[in-house]
Amino acid sequence: MNVNRVAESLLALSQQEELVDLPKNCPLSENEDEGDSDGERKHQKLLEAISSLDGKNRRKLAERSEASLKVSEFNVSSEGSGEKLVLADLLEPVKTSSLATVKKQLNRVKSKKVVELPLNKEKIEQIHREVAFGKTSQVLSKWDPIVLKNQQAEQLAFPLGKEQPAIAPIEHALSGWKARTPLEQEIFNLLYKNKQPVTDPLLTPMEKASLRAMSLEEAKMHRAELQRARALQSYYEAKARREKKIKSKKYHKVVKKGKARKASKELEQLQKVNPTVALEELEKFENARMMERMSLKHQNSGKWAKSKAIMAKYDLEARQAMQEQLAKNKELTQKLQVASEIEEEEGGTEEVEELLVPHVVNEVQMNVDGPNPWMLRSCTSDTREAATQEDPEQLPEPATHEVSESEGERPVAEEEILLRDFEERRSLRKRSELNQDAEPAGIQETKDSSSQEVLSELRALSQKLKENHQSRKQKASSEGTVPQVQREEPAPEEEAPLLLQRPERVQTLEELEELGKEDCFQNKELPRPVLEGQQSERTPNNRPDAPKEKKEKEQLIDVQNLLTTQSPSVRSLAVPTTTEELEDEEERDQRQMIKEAFAGDDVIRNFLKEKREAVEASKSKDVDLTLPGWGEWGGVGLKPSTKKRRQFLKAPEGPPRKDKNLPNVIISEKRNIHAAAHQVQVLPYPFTHHRQFERTIQTPVGSTWNTQRAFQKLTTPKVVTKPGHIIKPIKAEDVGYRSSSRSDLSVIQWNPKRITTRHNKELKKNSVD
Amino acid sequence: VGEMETAPKPGRDVPPKKDKLQTKRKKPRRYWEEETVPTTDGASPGPPCNKKNRELCPQRPKNAHILKKSRISKKPQVPKKPREWKNPESQRSLSGAQDPFPGPAPVPVGVVQKFCRIDKSRKLPRSKAKTRSRLEVAEAEEEETSIKAARSELLLAEEPGGMGARRRRSCRVLIFFFFFHSSLSQHFDLNLRQFGPYRLNYSRTGRHLAFGGRRGHVAALDWVTKKLMCEINVMEAVRDIRFLHSEALLAVAQNRWLHIYDNQGIELHCIRRCDRVTRLEFLPFHFLLATASETGFLTYLDVSVGKIVAALNARAGRLDVMSQNPYNAVIHLGHSNGTVSLWSPAMKEPLAKILCHRGGVRAVAVDSTGTYMATSGLDHQLKIFDLRGTYQPLSTRTLPHGAGHLAFSQRGLLVAGMGDVVNIWAGQGKASPPSLEQPYLTHRLSGPVHGLQFCPFEDVLGVGHSGGITSMLVPGAGEPNFDGLESNPYRSRKQRQEWEVKALLEKVPAELICLDPRALAEVDVISLEQGKKERIERLGYDPEAKAPFQPKPKQKGRSSTASLVKRKRKVMDEEHRDKVRQSLQQQQQQQQQQKEAKAKSTGARPSALDRFVC
Repeated sequence: MNVNRVAESLLALSQQEELVDLPKNCPLSENEDEGDSDGERKHQKLLEAISSLDGKNRRKLAERSEASLKVSEFNVSSEGSGEKLVLADLLEPVKTSSLATVKKQLNRVKSKKVVELPLNKEKIEQIHREVAFGKTSQVLSKWDPIVLKNQQAEQLAFPLGKEQPAIAPIEHALSGWKARTPLEQEIFNLLYKNKQPVTDPLLTPMEKASLRAMSLEEAKMHRAELQRARALQSYYEAKARREKKIKSKKYHKVVKKGKARKASKELEQLQKVNPTVALEELEKFENARMMERMSLKHQNSGKWAKSKAIMAKYDLEARQAMQEQLAKNKELTQKLQVASEIEEEEGGTEEVEELLVPHVVNEVQMNVDGPNPWMLRSCTSDTREAATQEDPEQLPEPATHEVSESEGERPVAEEEILLRDFEERRSLRKRSELNQDAEPAGIQETKDSSSQEVLSELRALSQKLKENHQSRKQKASSEGTVPQVQREEPAPEEEAPLLLQRPERVQTLEELEELGKEDCFQNKELPRPVLEGQQSERTPNNRPDAPKEKKEKEQLIDVQNLLTTQSPSVRSLAVPTTTEELEDEEERDQRQMIKEAFAGDDVIRNFLKEKREAVEASKSKDVDLTLPGWGEWGGVGLKPSTKKRRQFLKAPEGPPRKDKNLPNVIISEKRNIHAAAHQVQVLPYPFTHHRQFERTIQTPVGSTWNTQRAFQKLTTPKVVTKPGHIIKPIKAEDVGYRSSSRSDLSVIQWNPKRITTRHNKELKKNSVD
Repeated sequence: VGEMETAPKPGRDVPPKKDKLQTKRKKPRRYWEEETVPTTDGASPGPPCNKKNRELCPQRPKNAHILKKSRISKKPQVPKKPREWKNPESQRSLSGAQDPFPGPAPVPVGVVQKFCRIDKSRKLPRSKAKTRSRLEVAEAEEEETSIKAARSELLLAEEPGGMGARRRRSCRVLIFFFFFHSSLSQHFDLNLRQFGPYRLNYSRTGRHLAFGGRRGHVAALDWVTKKLMCEINVMEAVRDIRFLHSEALLAVAQNRWLHIYDNQGIELHCIRRCDRVTRLEFLPFHFLLATASETGFLTYLDVSVGKIVAALNARAGRLDVMSQNPYNAVIHLGHSNGTVSLWSPAMKEPLAKILCHRGGVRAVAVDSTGTYMATSGLDHQLKIFDLRGTYQPLSTRTLPHGAGHLAFSQRGLLVAGMGDVVNIWAGQGKASPPSLEQPYLTHRLSGPVHGLQFCPFEDVLGVGHSGGITSMLVPGAGEPNFDGLESNPYRSRKQRQEWEVKALLEKVPAELICLDPRALAEVDVISLEQGKKERIERLGYDPEAKAPFQPKPKQKGRSSTASLVKRKRKVMDEEHRDKVRQSLQQQQQQQQQQKEAKAKSTGARPSALDRFVC
């Protein structure tokens, strides 16, 4: 039905258009020029006939060539040209007044605007939906923050109510409290009588009064004093600033000289009065002199000196100034010239180097004498800073040991030896370094003359020290081991050589263990070469089997090291004084001795064999990927070549074994599937990597591992409801919005009748488009 | 301010309006109020609520609210800064005094660190914002809980005992007195020469002691009060004895079978599947009784349901050396070939095997933190191994006779029984291994040692020997603070029953025993990968795969097919180059490592001083 209606309206519209259009387009002239336009019309007809021949837009015109009886009012045909009948044409002839009203009406119809074509229903509904959606989402967006907050909240409590006000501290509660009972009133009375502050003020009025009691004159005097002091200070400051700004060198020279004179006078006086203080003062002077020497102040290298040097040719004053300066320089550097007299007249740059060189030598000297030789290295050799950084961490310890423990004890001796050894090496290195430094400088003679003596001294000293310590070490070791052996029962024979091993090694090993595990493993292999000789002697029964496999042998030795080498270190230490001689025990001891005699090396071999087997078993089997006949001849009895097999025989490489670097351990690589069943197997949503998720489940939740408070906090339920209460949906008032009809959800229900004017406008706009 | 400071004078300040109000509002009359209208001249009505005060009154709850909010929203950090007061005036107390220590008390960082379990050194792959927020929440939670735990350290008031510790003079006498008296009751000797060498066991609370002699004598007593619970003779050799989860049940390894008695000495069970048992161990959190037998079987018996969980063949002959790792409930067995094997009921083969001695292993003990294992072997050596993944000996000592029995105390003291002598070594602290250089204590007994155990929560060492039982004092052996909910020495019968139910509810399944108990908090990567693979197979594509690069269409004729292909190729090449670069780097690193290793191995005569040289 709707469609019909639309069609009708469309028709009407088109008719109207014609009604409007036609009067403009073709002036009505049919009646007048019927006769003269006859030929023209014929021609047009012909044209039309021709055009209609192609059949596309054939149009059948009701043609009325002659008068006929049947004249239908619908079939009024305007001859030719396809023009349409226009209303105005029909109305024009009407002149009667009776039809005037009709005419008017018709005119009005003409003047009225055209009614727009209504849209189809689907379109309208779509527009309604769109508008409604926009509105609804706008209204709902107001709730977004609340939803987000609720999603992120640790806990939600329902039914929604006002939050409990926090418990106020007792004093706040008290502030609004009044004394009502007689007792309370009495107490307050007492308090007020004594003017005890009850509320904010800390001081009683009495105290306050006493504070205020300072007299006016006193205060004034105090103020004046302060003012004076301040003024003086400012004057002094201004003066100092002014003097500092003076650029005249002469002035400064004079000032300096004056000061120096004054100081020397004072010094003389001091010498008479207090010689020790005077000495200190002198030292200060000496220091100042040294500073001067070190600096390039009087070396003719300054800006001023250079300019003077240029001017000296022409200017007498400049020459004098330069000479003065040189003299000063000589004076200042006089002390050094005693050591190296020959090279006095060397150039400035060389002198600088000269100045630097003795420092190094001095330091070396100090190295020997000083208590802590490690600290000094950093000054001389920058390149080895990394090494020195490690040193202080380790080496102070032995030093302290040295102090604390008595001399006779062995570990101390060892450490000392270590220290000396190291020291010697270092001094040697330094020597070579010194030489290297000296050579490029080109002033070897002075160098050698000055430093050679020192070095020779050094060498002698270190040698002496070394010898000393070696002898001491021997003594100490003999002291350490012999009594123990005596004290204990005779040890098993095979351990005898172990006793004679160097004790330092294990000491260092233990230290290394402290340094870090990785280091530990690498370093544990270090002592092997030292040991090998002894092992070959000690375990002759092990030898014949050894050359089986190279690798195996290595590993075997490793394990043996591990099992055997460690005992001596501890063995040499103090042993409990307990011994027992019991009849029934001895019997058992004998049995054990026999067992021990037979136990031993094949334990290790068996273990290694077992380990090898375990490794083999855990390895994945090789997969044969060779294609027989590919690239070579194939057929019955022909096998692919070894080269090819090598190429295509592959086993997927698994992760490295956990016990790869642990020779004495076999760790099973099998997976514990029973435990794996309890593990998490699927990553929950926001996590993309298992390590991220693992981090969130590291902390245990149970009360066994947490305090009660923490446990309660960790296990708070996400939603708490009050039993027996209706949980109503959230309202705008609950979250602090003003209640308006708009904000409520109920408003937004779809109601087509209630579309507002704005909607209508939008609708119209849409339809026009 | 002036008004505030001056003391309120009765009657003058009170505004007339207030009177009106008072009269207007009809209050119920209290007993202390006189019939007449209270005259304002008389007793003053407390501090007058002057204007300022009244203004403050309504603010207060609001202020408090703000404060609370700010505290919650603040990230829970180690609180060192004092709390920030929004409005200091309102927070000032009534008396004017201010809190000299505002804010929560500071917590030492070291203690907090002790309770932190998230390993932050492990790097995480890049994560999205949402994931990151989750991680942050987890970290904040951890920090908060560890702070709380650190605070509760304060409650561990007891300090471990020690020898030679200097005490304050004023209380020395008192301490001596107490020590003397308590120790008098703690040190005792039971002379039981008749029934052969004894094995003994303390209950988990440290209150009860059970011992069994080789000639069949079994007894249990409350050793603190010396009240005998039961005493029987089983008329069979007793190899080992052990309390089950509580002191009400006793497992006795007899010559043929394993028997279970209650505290009256009534035989409850005879477990014939566990025959010729030599050693017993009880895993308290799993309710498992592990038995090692002469036949070479390690059997796990679940005592809560009475089922044998696993019977594992160790394939190493007679088993008579066993101990448990209290940290991860792994059983350590010592074998005659010098190895120690680690077992879990979930695996048919040992989790790990460690070659410890050249001769057979005579005794094994693991300390309470599961970090150190002490072993002694027929080669007369006593070694301490590190169990944290390396299994290397930390220290070794040769003993004149070798130790036949070893035990660790709760605080890490190590005792070794050698013949009729017990030696005790102590470390620096709880977490350090005992240093074997100097024995802490040495004691000679009347017979060779047959069983050793430190009493939990007491400074007492129980020694079973051929002459009976000796309970000796070892200062600093026991943990001074006990967990009242876990193992309370003073618990009543009712409490014990309650605890039993809770412990049963919290029983850990036997299959969860593995070397690293923290592994359960990890994702099972293998099945995760497997699941991923299967999903890809099912869907036919990888939903998480990175989408291949698709060049954006460009205008003005630059979007020709050729140029698109070119751009694609460019991106592909770039990715390829990245890959190559990475692999090259890896190769270089490997080569370097190899070189270093070679240099180390070929270096002539390495010296201890070498590390100072370079």
